[in-house]
Amino acid sequence: MNPFTFFTQMLRIAVPYLFAASGGVVAERAGIISLALEGFMLTGAFTATLGAHYSGSPWIGVLAGVLGGLLFGLIHAVATIRYRADQVVVGIAINLLAIGVTRFFLKLAFASSSNSPRINGFTARSGAHGFDNPLLWMGLLTAPVLAFLLYRTRFGLRVRAVGEHPDAAASVGIPVTRVRYVAVALSGMLAGLGGVYLALDQHQFTDQMTAGRGFIAVAAVIFGRWDPVRAALACLLFAAAETLQIQLQGNHVIASQFVEMIPYLLTIVALAGVVGRAVPPAALGKTGQ
Amino acid sequence: MTAAADNTAKPAHPIIHMKGIDKFFGPVRANRGASLEVLSGEIHALVGENGAGKSTLMRILGGLMKPDAGTVEVNGRDVTGWSTNDAIDAGIGMVHQHFMLVPTLTVAENIVLGKEPVKSGMFDYARAVSEVMALSKETGLTVPADRKVSELSVGEAQRVEILKTLFRGAKILVLDEPTAVLSPPEVKELWTVLRRLRDAGGTIILITHRLDEVMDLSDTITVMRAGETIERLRTSATTPAEIARAMVGRDVTLMSPQGEALGMLGHSAPDASAGHAPNDFSAALEVTDLVVTGSRNTRVVDGITFAIQPGEILGIAGVEGNGQTELIEAIAGLRKSVSGNIRIAGYDITDKDVAERRAAGLAHIPEDRHRRGLILDYSIADNLLLGLQNDYSRRGVLDSERIAENAEKQIESFDIRPPSAALPARALSGGNQQKVVIAREMGHGFTVLLASQPTRGVDVGAIEFIHERLRAARAADAAVLLVSAELSEVLALADRVAVMYRGRFAVVMPAAEATEEALGEYMIGTRTDTAA
Amino acid sequence: MTSRFREQLEEALFPPLVALLVALICGDLLIMSYGQSPSMVYRLLLEGTWGNAYGFGQVIYKATTLAFTGLAVSVGIRAGLFNVGAESQLAAGGFLAGLMGLALSPAVPGAVALALCMIAAALGGGVVGAVPGYLRVRFGAHEVIVTIMLNFIVLALLNWFIANHLHVPETLHTPEIHAGAIPRLDRFIPAFHGSAANFTILAALLTAAAAWFWLFRTRRGYELRAVGLQPDAAEYGGVTVGGVWFRTLTVSGAIAGLGGINYVLGYKHYYEDGFAGGSGFLGIAVALVGRNHPVGVILAAFFFATLSQGGLAIHAFVPKQMVEVLQGVVILAVAMSVPEVRRALQQARKPARA
Repeated sequence: MNPFTFFTQMLRIAVPYLFAASGGVVAERAGIISLALEGFMLTGAFTATLGAHYSGSPWIGVLAGVLGGLLFGLIHAVATIRYRADQVVVGIAINLLAIGVTRFFLKLAFASSSNSPRINGFTARSGAHGFDNPLLWMGLLTAPVLAFLLYRTRFGLRVRAVGEHPDAAASVGIPVTRVRYVAVALSGMLAGLGGVYLALDQHQFTDQMTAGRGFIAVAAVIFGRWDPVRAALACLLFAAAETLQIQLQGNHVIASQFVEMIPYLLTIVALAGVVGRAVPPAALGKTGQ
Repeated sequence: MTAAADNTAKPAHPIIHMKGIDKFFGPVRANRGASLEVLSGEIHALVGENGAGKSTLMRILGGLMKPDAGTVEVNGRDVTGWSTNDAIDAGIGMVHQHFMLVPTLTVAENIVLGKEPVKSGMFDYARAVSEVMALSKETGLTVPADRKVSELSVGEAQRVEILKTLFRGAKILVLDEPTAVLSPPEVKELWTVLRRLRDAGGTIILITHRLDEVMDLSDTITVMRAGETIERLRTSATTPAEIARAMVGRDVTLMSPQGEALGMLGHSAPDASAGHAPNDFSAALEVTDLVVTGSRNTRVVDGITFAIQPGEILGIAGVEGNGQTELIEAIAGLRKSVSGNIRIAGYDITDKDVAERRAAGLAHIPEDRHRRGLILDYSIADNLLLGLQNDYSRRGVLDSERIAENAEKQIESFDIRPPSAALPARALSGGNQQKVVIAREMGHGFTVLLASQPTRGVDVGAIEFIHERLRAARAADAAVLLVSAELSEVLALADRVAVMYRGRFAVVMPAAEATEEALGEYMIGTRTDTAA
Repeated sequence: MTSRFREQLEEALFPPLVALLVALICGDLLIMSYGQSPSMVYRLLLEGTWGNAYGFGQVIYKATTLAFTGLAVSVGIRAGLFNVGAESQLAAGGFLAGLMGLALSPAVPGAVALALCMIAAALGGGVVGAVPGYLRVRFGAHEVIVTIMLNFIVLALLNWFIANHLHVPETLHTPEIHAGAIPRLDRFIPAFHGSAANFTILAALLTAAAAWFWLFRTRRGYELRAVGLQPDAAEYGGVTVGGVWFRTLTVSGAIAGLGGINYVLGYKHYYEDGFAGGSGFLGIAVALVGRNHPVGVILAAFFFATLSQGGLAIHAFVPKQMVEVLQGVVILAVAMSVPEVRRALQQARKPARA
């Protein structure tokens, strides 16, 4: 096995996770459970395809994808923050809604129930190493940038305060609601970028193309204990496992299904606290009452 | 919307002037026409029992809530309904009872939160630390600026809270029950700090229900009761007894009927409390060397021993938070004890679960009916079942006929109003909710009754009723362990009185020999009976 | 007492009605975006579902599975637990039912075989439900995340079994079962001919009745609801809260697992990979719209089944994916209006009570 191809393939698999997990971290650090990453990604992938298709430019696709993620992020924020709806239910509803909406408009826009026409991406040749794709670099930079945002800026300090102890934050005049809106909107945009990468990398949108990647990102958030860098490392770990499985395919060393399970098993182990307990932000999920 | 009466002379230029404050929470009226006048440069104590509306009034002052009626003036300016930020800008600093600190952030981060120093778009943490250290040096409030709040002791955390307000330029400091969580040396230190702040021109409002603190520290006192402002007193011109009377009001009349209790004092000597009397096995409830630890591994119940005979009420008095809650919960099986032994009529229940203790003859009126005593969305009939669900089912199926019968009987004999079994407990008044609890716990046979704050938040009529029931239980040879924050209640009902102070019984004496003044000294820890 | 009942009914019915209204408006917009007439499309939707026997049979079939997963989720919520794992519990139940049906000889009497297959289905779902129950009680691991993660793990495991060991070549399903098949309704009511409706619907209705009895008429149900409303009060009443959590998640899983027989024993007579197809997740919607009451859950199951079957009926004019959008909208709208309606009704009633 060529280490270089292994590495590049791992990165390409990891990028959508990196974006989405960053989105998950920022929302959950503000106290909003993030189960809608899958839906944000799918929407982002679809609107990016629309943008790229009608403009011919992948950059317009990126913009459209971010806006798509933002739109669904805002729906999530309004439902959970303004209307105090159960965050788990809203997350699941957004995922269902995203599947329905993308399918409906796929049919409306491209008269297909499976995929869009080919769109322009950043990489010309499919199967190339991908280092000429700016989204790859953006994906790799997301975690450090988010870490900087969370730990070195005023906004980040406030996000962390709001997710741990919203009453304390409110008592010193921090606009808790606004901070949460911004965090969830940002979450939608970041996860949307994950979807954008998928669509542009595959040069088309296909029905349900995110295929559970949003939940891998959720797993990475928890396994990475709600820290952007550790979550990114979890993404790379999960991606490495997948790459290994792909490259070993045909060797029958280990069935692909068992490799698929790795992120989820690790997350359960982390939650159960067998090796160092994963403790969520204290106010996570508590906008209800 | 009438301004409450001011019984003493009006101060000339109050820095804070609240009047006619009303505040509703759903059907509950937390403040009704409450008023407050605080002078610049004084330490002002705001006292009252739990639920008297002190905290609500202060939250309105701090901009955390808006009043439904009334006006708030600060420095002569009408600021009614202002926001938290307005209040902070006007120099009001709140130190909340439950710390408003983010445990995962550092001390410096917590202090500057909301007013963070920024350098070229970034949060300037180094400057935050240096500013906090400078302020710490200036005020003498030492804190480790770079440590996480979760690693601090309670005293340190409280200093962070005070620094937080001072960092925002607070001139008026509001402290809500600041000593509830502190050790005696920490309390002393806090007093020093507060006096120094006052002498530097600050104004301090202290919310408390500990009279020793009030007498010790304050210049002026405002007493609240049931949402209203009752009295405004100069500390130098009053006594703890006078304040207590104003705090509890009508209850003072309950102090007299001792006659009945006096007749019961067969086992009188104070040292009978030690529980090592030879005829131990005849005791209905026997607790030996009980130790319970709280958070931070402190011994909240620190080796308590006592016994209660059939037909006896042992009353536990004491300032709240001295281990009474933990003692009761440990006996009820809701909290694990570290060591010691609990017996009901000689039967060891130390390792039994809640249901088994009930089966052994234990009844329990819990201190918080909204959290433990009732399931608010369950009907009266279903609430009358809680803990008895086994007795009211046949092969796992609830026996609806007997449940209905039981509800009808209890509603009748405990005069629960409105008398409709299907009504959810949530819809009842506080007094009737408590009657449901009491009907359930006392409507069936029991050997030992734990009655924790049995009359808290109920109206006068219900109080009388509940007291009658407790006396009736004694007459029927039950053993009652009564815990009450109201000294008058303990004195009115108990045969023997124990004062709990920092996890121990400071004294146990026959109620006939006890006076409020004497017990008061044990309650605030200035006296401890060496025998106990 | 009657006014109390009315209050409860109002609080239960308003959110789904609000949601229905919102969904209708969204549906109008989607239909018009396709250049069709909403009234025509809605008429087609109703005609294709409740208007003919085949369509109605399909609605019954789809409602059956949803009733099971909806009941499973709602029983959990009654105890304050969110079981997001109905999807994999359903699959595991169907899988074990299929295995049992394969293992039994055709000579086993029908009733016995069916009973054994149903026990296997409940066992499969129950085991998958017990895992998050155990992890919650023992380690405090939140059941939402654990059940989500378990969905992926269990589905991958089942996929591995089928793909590597049990499949008919060139397919992802098992051979046909030998015993335990449930007859279709068209055997007795010929009009249903061709639809997948089968007698599992009776099992669903019985399960709903049993769930109702369990929740509201037994000591265990009393304790379960107490834990869901106020765990501290339940503990005070001698209830072991952890025990209730474990039991409830296990039973919830078993109910979802039992739902697997609808496809495996009642429709295809074999286990097929991926047959759950989102019914588990939709169970959350069913529980939510049905307000966690067995009667409401059955009604909601029929509602969502109608939507899903109705999508096929309108497909010639508007893509069937429209109903997927509407499902999402309904869930969102109910979730958003539940706290809002409670507040509004409390506001409205306050003066009356004071």
